[in-house]
Amino acid sequence: MEIVGSRRKALHYDAVSTIPLYRSAPALEVRLEDFELFAMDRLRVLKGISDALSRGKKPEEMQQVERDLWKANMKHPEASEVVNKDIISHFVLRLAYCRTEDLRKWFLSMETALFRYRFMSESVEAQRALMAEFDLPYKAVSNAEFESTKDKLWQVARSVVPPLSTADTVFYKVPFEEVPELVAGRRVFVHKGHAYVARNQVVSLVATQFRSHLSKALILTNRKWISTIREQESDRLAPIVEALCTSYLGPDYSEPRELGDISIKEIDQIAQSSFPLCMRHLFEKLREDHHLKHGGRMQFGLFLKGIGLKLDDALAFWKAEFSQKVGAERFDKEYAYSIRHNYGREGKRTDYTPYSCQKIISSSPGAGDHHGCPYRHFSEENLRAALGKMRLNNRAVEDVMDKVRSRHYQLACTLTFEAIHGTSCDAGINHPNQYFTDSQKYLQSK
Amino acid sequence: MTREDIESGSQDMVIDEGKPEGGERMQGNAAPEGFNVNYLKVYYGKLFPHADMFKWMSYGNDGKHPACDQSYFGRREFSFTLDNDIYLRFQSFNSASELENSIKEKCPFKIDIGPVYSVDPAKRHAYAQSGDNVFAPVERELIFDIDITDYDDVRYCCSGADVCLDCWPLMTVAIKVIDASLKDDFGFNHILWVYSGRRGVHCWVCDGKARRLTNEQRASIAEYFRVYKGNENSHKKVSLSDPLHPFLGRSYTEVLKDFFESKLLLSQKLFSTEERYEKILEMIPDESITSELRGKWQDNKRSSISKEDTNVVRWEQLKRILQSGKHKAQGPQMCVKEIVFSFTYPRLDMEVSKHMNHLLKAPFCVHPKTGRVCVPIDPNCCEEFDPTSVPTLSKLLEEMNTGSLRADIDNEWDRTSLGKSVRFFRSSFLQPLLKACKEEIENSYNAKLQHSKNSLNW
Repeated sequence: MEIVGSRRKALHYDAVSTIPLYRSAPALEVRLEDFELFAMDRLRVLKGISDALSRGKKPEEMQQVERDLWKANMKHPEASEVVNKDIISHFVLRLAYCRTEDLRKWFLSMETALFRYRFMSESVEAQRALMAEFDLPYKAVSNAEFESTKDKLWQVARSVVPPLSTADTVFYKVPFEEVPELVAGRRVFVHKGHAYVARNQVVSLVATQFRSHLSKALILTNRKWISTIREQESDRLAPIVEALCTSYLGPDYSEPRELGDISIKEIDQIAQSSFPLCMRHLFEKLREDHHLKHGGRMQFGLFLKGIGLKLDDALAFWKAEFSQKVGAERFDKEYAYSIRHNYGREGKRTDYTPYSCQKIISSSPGAGDHHGCPYRHFSEENLRAALGKMRLNNRAVEDVMDKVRSRHYQLACTLTFEAIHGTSCDAGINHPNQYFTDSQKYLQSK
Repeated sequence: MTREDIESGSQDMVIDEGKPEGGERMQGNAAPEGFNVNYLKVYYGKLFPHADMFKWMSYGNDGKHPACDQSYFGRREFSFTLDNDIYLRFQSFNSASELENSIKEKCPFKIDIGPVYSVDPAKRHAYAQSGDNVFAPVERELIFDIDITDYDDVRYCCSGADVCLDCWPLMTVAIKVIDASLKDDFGFNHILWVYSGRRGVHCWVCDGKARRLTNEQRASIAEYFRVYKGNENSHKKVSLSDPLHPFLGRSYTEVLKDFFESKLLLSQKLFSTEERYEKILEMIPDESITSELRGKWQDNKRSSISKEDTNVVRWEQLKRILQSGKHKAQGPQMCVKEIVFSFTYPRLDMEVSKHMNHLLKAPFCVHPKTGRVCVPIDPNCCEEFDPTSVPTLSKLLEEMNTGSLRADIDNEWDRTSLGKSVRFFRSSFLQPLLKACKEEIENSYNAKLQHSKNSLNW
C-alpha cells in the first residue's frame, strides 16, 4: 500500500467475494488524509461492536447493530471505493493495534466479531465462496436430502443450549472428522460418517479460521513495525497510528451546543440534576476546599466550557472560589491565564477539548487529587456513599457495584444515569458532556 | 492400561510397579482354577490363532501387490506381560513366524497391542535423538473399553471383579448402543467386540478411516458417547436435554427403556429397599414429588391387591407422578429418562479411546485370574453371550485331549469350543476386513499411478 500526497490514483482491485479477507496488503495508493479518516471510521464500527457486546446484546441483535454501524461509518461517495475503504482501514488499524498484547487481543476479538456478523448476513453463494477461501469446501445439503432428514436436524437444533434457530434451513454435509468440537458436544446430527452442520455453526468454523489467520498476521505486522516502519514513518504515519488507539471518537464538545448559556447562578442546581458523578465530586470539593489541583482544574474546567459556560463567567466562577483560599491577586496572577488559555484555543487540539470518559478513566489521580473516574478510582465504601448521596436505591447501587467489579466503569455510570433519571440510556455514557447533554435533554422534554 | 516405560540398561525389561488388572498381584505358586503356566504353553503352542492375528495386524500389507507396505507389520507395537510381572514394551516383529515364535518362547500372561508407529519401535531411540519427534504413532484402531466395575453404584448383585447373569446384561446393552452408533452414525463397518476375560468388553474399530483418526477426533467420538458425568459427590450424574439428540433418543426407545423396565428393574430389585429407592429419589429435584413417593413406600407399604412385583409397581407410580404434568417445570419431565440413562446407558473409559498410543489387550489372550479366553462377541446376538460359559484354559486342554482324533481337522482349535470363536472371528470380521483393505490398497495405488501419469504431461 502506498501512501501519497493529495494526488490520488485509484487502482483496480479484484475482489474475490464481498467480504475481503485481508490476506495481504493490497496494491493501492492512499491519500494521507484518507489514511487517518478511514481508520477512524472503521474504529467507530469496532468500538460500537465492543460497546454493544459489553451491554449484553444478543447475537441476533448484534447482526443489526453491525449493519447499522457499517452503514453509518463505512460509506464512501464513490461506490467503487467502498471496498478499498474497507481494506485500507483494516490494514491501517492493524498497524495501530499490533503493537501490544492487549491491543492485539482487542482488535482480534472485534475484527472477528465484525467478520462473523458480516458473514451471517451474506447470501448462501457468497458464504460458500468464502468457505472455499478458508479450505472449508462444504457441500450444502440438497433439498431432497433435507426433506428426509429435517426432523432429525431440527431435533438436534432444539436439543442444544442455546437452541439453534429452526428457521435456518441451510445445512452443510461435512465428514465428521472435520468438526470434532461439534461432534463432541452432540451439537450436530451425525449419519453414516457425515455431520450435518447448520449455517450458524459453520460461521463458528469460518470465524475461527479468520481469527487464526489474523492473529498470525498481527504478530508479523508487529515485527515489521518494530524493525522498519516505526522509524521510517516516524514523522508521517507513526504519530497518526499511535494516536488511533487512544482516540475518542464521539463529538468533542469543543464547540458547546446551543442549550442556552449556563450562568453561574444555575450551576448549583444543574450540578445536582445533570452532572455525572466525576464532575459532581470535583464541584463539591471545589466548593469545600476553594481549590482544586491541576488535574481537577483541567477536567472540571474543560467540562464547564463544554456545557456552555462563557469565559467571563468561568473566570468569575473560579475566582469566587479560589480567592477564598489564595486571594484574588494570586488568582489573577497564577490561575486566570490558564483559564483564558483553555478558552482561547480553537480547532482540534485534543488537550483542550473536554476530556472523554476514556481519558478520565485512564488518568492517575494522586494524593490531594479529586479528578479521575469515581467508579474506578474511589474505594467501594466511598463510591457507595457517593451513590447514596445521589439517592440511588439499594438495588441500583448493587447493579452499579456489579459493573464496577467487572471494570465496566462507563456502564456503571450509565446505570447511575438511568437510575437517577428513570429512563434508559441505550447509547451508554462515553463523555461527561454527553451525560450532561442527555440529562438536560431529558429533563427539558418532561 | 498404560504403564511407565522405565528402562534399565539397554533392554526393555521393566519391573512392573503398577497393579495388574483387579489390583491383585499374581502369586507364582497359587495358580487360580483354570489357569496355569503349563496350560498356557500348550495353548500358545496349539490353540492360539497366530496366523489370524498376523493377517489382521497386516491389514492386507502382507500380500504380493506392489503397493503393499512391507514395513507395516514391523512398525506395530506389541507388549508382553510375563510371569512375575515382568513387562516388555515396544516389541515388534517382521513376520508371522517371528511373532509366533516369540509368543511361544516367552509365554506371556498378557499380550497388548499398541499403535503402528512411523518407524520400527525397536529403532525408536535412533529417531528420538534427532529431536524432530519422528517416532510417533501413525495408525491405531479406534478402541473402547467398558468395564462393569464402573457400574458398581447401580448393580447390587455383585461388586468389584464379580460378574453374574443378572448384571452382565449391562454390557450387552452397552454393546448394542455403541455398535449401532458406530455403524449408523459414524459409518464404520469393521468392528470387533471382544470379551475382556473377566468383567467387561473391548471394542476394536478397524476401518482405515478409524485407524487414521487423530487424538482430537478420537476424543470427540468418546465425548459424543459420554452421558454419565460425576462421582460419589454429585447426586445427579445424568442431565438430559429436551428433546434428546437423535442418537440418545434412538438408544432410549430401541434399547434402554425396555431393558430397564423389563430386565434391570427386576434383576436388581431397584426399589426393594429404602436404601435402593432413596438413590433413585435423589435424582428427582422436586421435594414435593419425592415426599409423596416416600409416603407411599415407607415402612414397606404395599398394595395388598396387586400381585405384581414391588419394583414394577413403584416404578409405575414414580412415572405416573413425574409424567402427570402436574409439575410444569422441565426438570420432572425429563427425570424418567434421566433415571433410565443413569442405570443403563454405557459408561466408557474415556482415557482408553482418546490416545493413539494406548495399549489394549489382544483378543484370544487368556485372563490370568479367570482362565477364560478373550473371545469375540457377536453384536447381533450379544444377548446370548454368557460370560460364565466362556471356555477356560483347562477346559480347552481337556477338550483337546479327549476330543475326536479325526485326521481331517487341520486346526487343533476346531476340536475344541474355541473353534466356534475362531471361525466367527474369520468369517464375520477378518475376511470382510481384509477384502476391504485389499481394495483400499489397490485403489490408492491406481490413483497414484493415474496422478503420476497426468503429471508427466509436458
